[in-house]
Amino acid sequence: MKSLERDLRAVRATGRKLLVPYFMGGLTNDWIEHVEAAVLAGADAVEIGIPFSDPMMDGPVIQEADLRSLTFGTTLDSICDDLSRLDAAVPLIAMTYYNIVLHYGLERAAGKLADSDIHGAIIPDLPLEETGPWIAACDGADVASVLLVAPSTPPERVDQLAARTQGFAYASARMAVTGQSAGGGDGERVVASIRRTSDVPALIGIGIATPNQAKEAAEVSDGVIVGSALVQVILDGGGSSEVEALIMGFRSAIDS
Amino acid sequence: MSDPVLYMEEPDERGRFGEFGGRFVPEALIPACLELEAAFIDAWSDAAFIEEYRTVLREFAGRPTPVTPLLRLGEHLGLRIFAKREDLAHTGSHKINNVIGQTLLTKRMGKRRVIAETGAGQHGVATATAAARLGLECTVFMGEVDTERQILNVFRMELLGSRVVPVTSGSRTLKDAVNEAMRDWVTCVADTHYCIGSVMGPHPFPWIVREFQSIIGQEASRQLADFGVDVPDVVIACVGGGSNAAGIFAGFANTSSRLVGIEAAGGSAVGNGSPGVLHGMRSLLMQDEFGQIEEAHSISAGLDYPGIGPEHAHLAQIRRAEYYAIGDEDVIGALRLLSEKEGIIPALETAHAVAWMIREAGGALPTGSTVLLNLSGRGDKDVAQVQAILHAES
Ligand SMILES: Cc1ncc(COP(=O)(O)O)c(C=O)c1O
Repeated sequence: MKSLERDLRAVRATGRKLLVPYFMGGLTNDWIEHVEAAVLAGADAVEIGIPFSDPMMDGPVIQEADLRSLTFGTTLDSICDDLSRLDAAVPLIAMTYYNIVLHYGLERAAGKLADSDIHGAIIPDLPLEETGPWIAACDGADVASVLLVAPSTPPERVDQLAARTQGFAYASARMAVTGQSAGGGDGERVVASIRRTSDVPALIGIGIATPNQAKEAAEVSDGVIVGSALVQVILDGGGSSEVEALIMGFRSAIDS
Repeated sequence: MSDPVLYMEEPDERGRFGEFGGRFVPEALIPACLELEAAFIDAWSDAAFIEEYRTVLREFAGRPTPVTPLLRLGEHLGLRIFAKREDLAHTGSHKINNVIGQTLLTKRMGKRRVIAETGAGQHGVATATAAARLGLECTVFMGEVDTERQILNVFRMELLGSRVVPVTSGSRTLKDAVNEAMRDWVTCVADTHYCIGSVMGPHPFPWIVREFQSIIGQEASRQLADFGVDVPDVVIACVGGGSNAAGIFAGFANTSSRLVGIEAAGGSAVGNGSPGVLHGMRSLLMQDEFGQIEEAHSISAGLDYPGIGPEHAHLAQIRRAEYYAIGDEDVIGALRLLSEKEGIIPALETAHAVAWMIREAGGALPTGSTVLLNLSGRGDKDVAQVQAILHAES
């Protein structure tokens, strides 16, 4: 079992629901401090976006964060360099698109992530059939390759994804790109479908925009991923104190 | 003896043409890709579907399009040139062939709506046209920059009853329109088909689009026989994503003909690209040293794409087809020469292929060669732009 999964299972064993915020690497000069603020406010793990020019699975907020970060010259290496300043002991998970790691070299990328204490990776444009080479690279470097399960995923395929995913299973609550948060979503049903065959930690993401949505999702899963709502605050100029306040709001709703 | 190698056959079961192709899409879209693949395999072996596709092309889209000998241009260049006249197909380009096939498939899958991306607007207009004819709802995604450059095509689509959504993300051109169409497709995949406009995207799209365009090559091969041409020495087509080229190449891939694809110099995925993954496929892409996709820049919106269909990447790699690039500066002269010598105003995309023929006549195209040119579209959409360029030059 990879260290990410051990860590997340350990938190779950205490009865605590996982709160995982998403930050775009390199979005501001002080992005590392934002991550630290989130951890102080109760984040259990942090997802770190490595920007890509064509983020096909992201809505307008994270798209803008991708492009803005790229204008600052952000790369996989620069993010890893920045992370050497991070003073927080929580699991880190990279989120990027396949072309970024493909171009870097799969094994080299997995090794670089692990060396920077990033022990998981989410690559949304890699479905089950295409993920083999990346999983092989991750296996050489204690990086958990996290797979997504969608509301449209048929049962046999959910079973395969639940068996292959590492670290946790990413249950997408909606047939949508990031940031669309209308309605209740399908998170509960997706988690239940994963649970039929697997007890891997299952986190709900895509459209968790409010503390109340997070609370409801956490009740039927092992925790939540909060992306666009947080990135929007930073795009609007919010700093560490705004990040801290937002995460505390999610934390207390989930724990209540 | 080993079996002869056959070119442009089916991709393998993972949708690969050699090392290119595949299906790099989010899990959410996998069921739709699988459904489409199954529906296409079923339809393409159903004589009734094929008959319906051919009938619509004949009764509605003006097929077969003729082959025209280009005698005056041929004499001028020292070549024997035949043009396959896709400019005479309904809506003015080859795009209609693919769209008729995919919209019929949409109905067969029981879906009521199509979405499409478009650059110059040719594929968007073709999709809007087929959707109107078949009673489907249609939404077209078009980069904001392109909606401004091609305002008449926006209006055409609206006249045809479609909705046009300007895409404001990224470079606001074709590649962003594809991203936005994919994003939208995730939200409505249950009742909507994504009618992709070229031989690109995740498996099975590159294969489906090539099959629906291969009617170009099949017809041309028969029509050339009427002129006493068994096989042309060279088959030439312009390449954006590569659908008109794939369609005409398919008729000659297993003959001795040289196959030549012409990209825009500012969108040359074979010339300046390297392997990568974008828009659901592994192919050759223009990208920087970090894997960020570069923006293409071409005088013709239809060639303004930083990638190329995966089958072309494969044909280039195994050297079954050759790909060259033509810069903006040669395109207008080629458009004028064809117009003046033959009475055909070609699309700016097509003019790239003409420009290469002009440049290489007597060189890479030996004097006396028999050449089949895919005249992929007519220039009406570009006339105002050409006028502005010539006006600025004078
Ligand atoms: C007339 C014409 N030719 C060629 C193209 C390029 O597309 P493809 O390479 O798929 O044929 C376009 C695209 O808009 C076009 O309108």
